[in-house]
Amino acid sequence: MAAQTQPGVEEVWGWLSEVPDPEIPVISLTDLGIIRGVEWQGDTLVVRVTPTYSGCPATSVINLDIETALRRHGIEKLRLERQLTPPWTTDWISPEGREKLRAYGIAPPVDGTAADGVLAGRIARMTGTNLKIACPRCGSTHTERISQFGSTPCKASYRCKDCLEPFDYFKCI
Amino acid sequence: MPSLPDMTTPNVADLAREAAQTASAHPAVPQPDAGQEAFSEMLLRLGDSTLILGHRISEWCGHSPALEEDIALANVALDLIGQTQLWLSLAGEVEGKGRSADDLAYLRDAWDFRNLLICERPNGDFGHTLMRQFLFDAWHHELLKALAASSDPRVAEIAAKAGKEVAYHLERSSDLVVRLGDGTEESHRRMQEALDDLWSYAGEMFIGDAKDAEVAARGIAPDPSTLRAAWDQTLQHVLTEATLQIPEGSFAHKGGKQGIHTEHLGYILSEMQFLQRAYPGASW
Repeated sequence: MAAQTQPGVEEVWGWLSEVPDPEIPVISLTDLGIIRGVEWQGDTLVVRVTPTYSGCPATSVINLDIETALRRHGIEKLRLERQLTPPWTTDWISPEGREKLRAYGIAPPVDGTAADGVLAGRIARMTGTNLKIACPRCGSTHTERISQFGSTPCKASYRCKDCLEPFDYFKCI
Repeated sequence: MPSLPDMTTPNVADLAREAAQTASAHPAVPQPDAGQEAFSEMLLRLGDSTLILGHRISEWCGHSPALEEDIALANVALDLIGQTQLWLSLAGEVEGKGRSADDLAYLRDAWDFRNLLICERPNGDFGHTLMRQFLFDAWHHELLKALAASSDPRVAEIAAKAGKEVAYHLERSSDLVVRLGDGTEESHRRMQEALDDLWSYAGEMFIGDAKDAEVAARGIAPDPSTLRAAWDQTLQHVLTEATLQIPEGSFAHKGGKQGIHTEHLGYILSEMQFLQRAYPGASW
């Protein structure tokens, strides 16, 4: 491929920011923070992707979506690499991504609430007394957890005690 | 049931293979000849334990007492199967015979499996399943913390990733053990029975052999016995709160790590491996 036809890395990042997450299509792969690198190695475009949860079934769909999008933009030689380090956490979700989640009806992760296996803090985390998870519908923090897991590995199930709406919480890891 | 890999089309499978090949090219990793067997054995022990337990709890899918618990168990199973994919891929890479995670999961027979016996215990009732999960999670969490400091960067990065998921598992299983142990008379009785029943299968997690000693000497993995004190402390903390009595016996069934299994493993494999055995190479 001739050098002048190689799109710049910034342009590729722009294309990737338009690829929706397959399970939460309101945010993009770059909002989610799972694209770890884009670079040209000779005539091959290398995109490094990190998994959210190691068993997330969306991982292979995400790879397929990336490939489809980049091929559509004329990329011929493409290699996707899995990068585990540093492991993805919800800190990688962009501020815009958090707002989009909230507008979509999913409460975004509350910083500093990740499970760390230190059981002394377990009760507070379990009962939610150290959490201020706001209902994405009415904004009330008078909410309670229904289940530690939800419709996908990255979410937990909550309920608003004021407007009574059940909702997903993007749990913090 | 979770499968390896999930939701594949031929196209995605190619991509995944491509990604796996490039991801496995870690140039800085020392590759001494001696001890590679102990290293791949250690990885099989880990990957087989997460695989068999992940499969076991996936059996609850559609049968749990409440929808939320059904979803939760399926998600824990999914995490464990995802971790299996990482551990068994690395096991195949270290072994150097070109075996993939799928080959190892689907094409070995019981005597080649290296999982802990506790992982193949039948589910029993819901309380029994949760007690097994708690005993395992408490160990798994300590193990991954130690492995995150492994001298092998490939092990360390998988452990750092998996450790975040397992911290969450441990909080969940601890919470439910407390709620059911310190619950009704019947839930308390069932949890105590589960603990008594599983107790003799917990000790194997801390018993090392020559292969464990070899990887410990190379700084790849901790000596299993060093995980015991922290595990005891977690149990003390949670089981006291759950008003449950820690059994006194120290007898431990063992052999799983060496390929000597209970009759239950064969039944798991016959279900888990059926498709690949009946239709070799079949994919979604």
